Amino acid sequence: MRAWPAEGATRVPYWVYQDAQVYEQEQQRIWRGRTWSYLCLEAELPEPKSFVTTFVGDMPVVVTRDPKGALHAWENRCAHRGALVCMQPRGAAERFTCIYHNWTYDHAGNLASVAFRRGIAGKGGMPADARPESQAPKQLRVESVHGLVFGTLSKDVSSLEAYIGSEILPRMKRVLVKPLKVLGAYTQVLPNNWKLYMDNVKDTYHASLLHLFFTRFRINRLTQKGGVFVSPDGAHHCTYTEMVEDRGDAYEKDGMRSAGSQQFTLEAPEVLDQVDEFGDGVSIQILSLFPGFVLHQIRNSLAARQVVPKGIDRTELHWTLFGFADDDEAMTRRRLLQANLVGPAGYISMEDGAATGFVQRGIAGSPERASVIEMGGATIGSGDSRITETAVRGLWKAWRQHMQI
Amino acid sequence: MELELQLAVEQLHARYAHALDAGRLEEWPEFFTEEGRYRIATAENEERGLPLPVLYAEGRAMLRDRVASLRHANIYEPQRYRHLASSFLVQRVDDRVVSSTSSFVVIRVMQDGATMVFASGRYLDRIVVADMKYEERVVVCDSRRFDTLLAIPL
Repeated sequence: MRAWPAEGATRVPYWVYQDAQVYEQEQQRIWRGRTWSYLCLEAELPEPKSFVTTFVGDMPVVVTRDPKGALHAWENRCAHRGALVCMQPRGAAERFTCIYHNWTYDHAGNLASVAFRRGIAGKGGMPADARPESQAPKQLRVESVHGLVFGTLSKDVSSLEAYIGSEILPRMKRVLVKPLKVLGAYTQVLPNNWKLYMDNVKDTYHASLLHLFFTRFRINRLTQKGGVFVSPDGAHHCTYTEMVEDRGDAYEKDGMRSAGSQQFTLEAPEVLDQVDEFGDGVSIQILSLFPGFVLHQIRNSLAARQVVPKGIDRTELHWTLFGFADDDEAMTRRRLLQANLVGPAGYISMEDGAATGFVQRGIAGSPERASVIEMGGATIGSGDSRITETAVRGLWKAWRQHMQI
Repeated sequence: MELELQLAVEQLHARYAHALDAGRLEEWPEFFTEEGRYRIATAENEERGLPLPVLYAEGRAMLRDRVASLRHANIYEPQRYRHLASSFLVQRVDDRVVSSTSSFVVIRVMQDGATMVFASGRYLDRIVVADMKYEERVVVCDSRRFDTLLAIPL
């Protein structure tokens, strides 16, 4: 394994985004290690016997609700030859049958039957002492928090709520106050390593500099009141901005590109109209959990973003936008209009795909060089300034701890 | 079969595609009525009965905002589209409106020449006959997956 730069927390070497061996070790030590991964919303499994398929890192996973209502998750891999057991993205099923040789699984992923296990008319079949169950799909521990379902392969990682911790959990509960209703989903394919996206999410410094849309309309400026929470292990973060109008001109004085032209105004600003549905005056909250989950509230747009690595330089971002089951027509319309802010065509989010891809391309010749992550010094922790890279340093503290680097 | 109407609808679709492919984004809102709606959806969400748009505008003002943002706010690499539209079904709804269903493929060409099939799908349109403008244009993408970002409208 390559060495970390001597500067420590303020440098991130570029080989972490480029090295195939690092990618393989991440699969083992992080995605299949002592972490909880987001799987789906409970609202996607409304009925007993319903299922969805998803991923934990590279590993395909089936998430089910069994006939008694309990949630399960298991590796989508047949015990026999390793084929996918479940091909559909979602649905309902009595049993899960591998198409290859008809081996069948229950909702918990237990091998229920092997076709012709005893042969036919005394001929063929498996020996009586065969143990095909020894290669059964891996079963995940499953826990949910306020309608979000998570899973882990780890036997000894703490409970989900303890894993998230007391700094971040209240900020999740702040948004997830009622039963959820799915509005829809799509996938944004990012041309970069998965950690560049998590870097971007945790980077409170970039948001108002890259995204003119934020800044020009004073949706999010670093001069507005807000703050950042980082869990003590660095793994998780949450940043928020309050709705209070910023009348300052710090961006204009410093000639920031993102301050934009004074001529640029919206003809139809209702796209941004926010109802203060949580009653605390927060206009934006971005929350991330290690390794690959993001929960956002951008005005009245709410979404879960799942990061799925697809090789060292390719990442899928699975967006699921939601509202609450009791939303009225006006609120649903508001959320759908504000869907324009996020996703692949989002006034704000489209640029994150561009910026992180530029990093992946820019660093191609310099695996031995490193990012400078020194805004706010070398500290990792919560604070009331967002002109800091504290949450980015937290990501790397957690990553190095899991990777033993 | 109203041959003239069929041809007029095909002409509208062709002018729309050429305007976008030539980068004449400012013309894009003009293809819609004042209250015209434009929505990019995915086949998966439509089949699940879910309303989430990838992009959604109600009326020309919102369409113009989208163009202004692309011109003056959003950061994306220079790129061009090539629209291929075909299989136009045209049906008169009433004296005022016709509906149209057609297929499309959009090829995206980046500034370094990298070329990919960026999107395919169906246009589901309601067109006002008097001035041949879209009262509604729903773009149902076949795939739920979008590469990097969707800046220029489909």
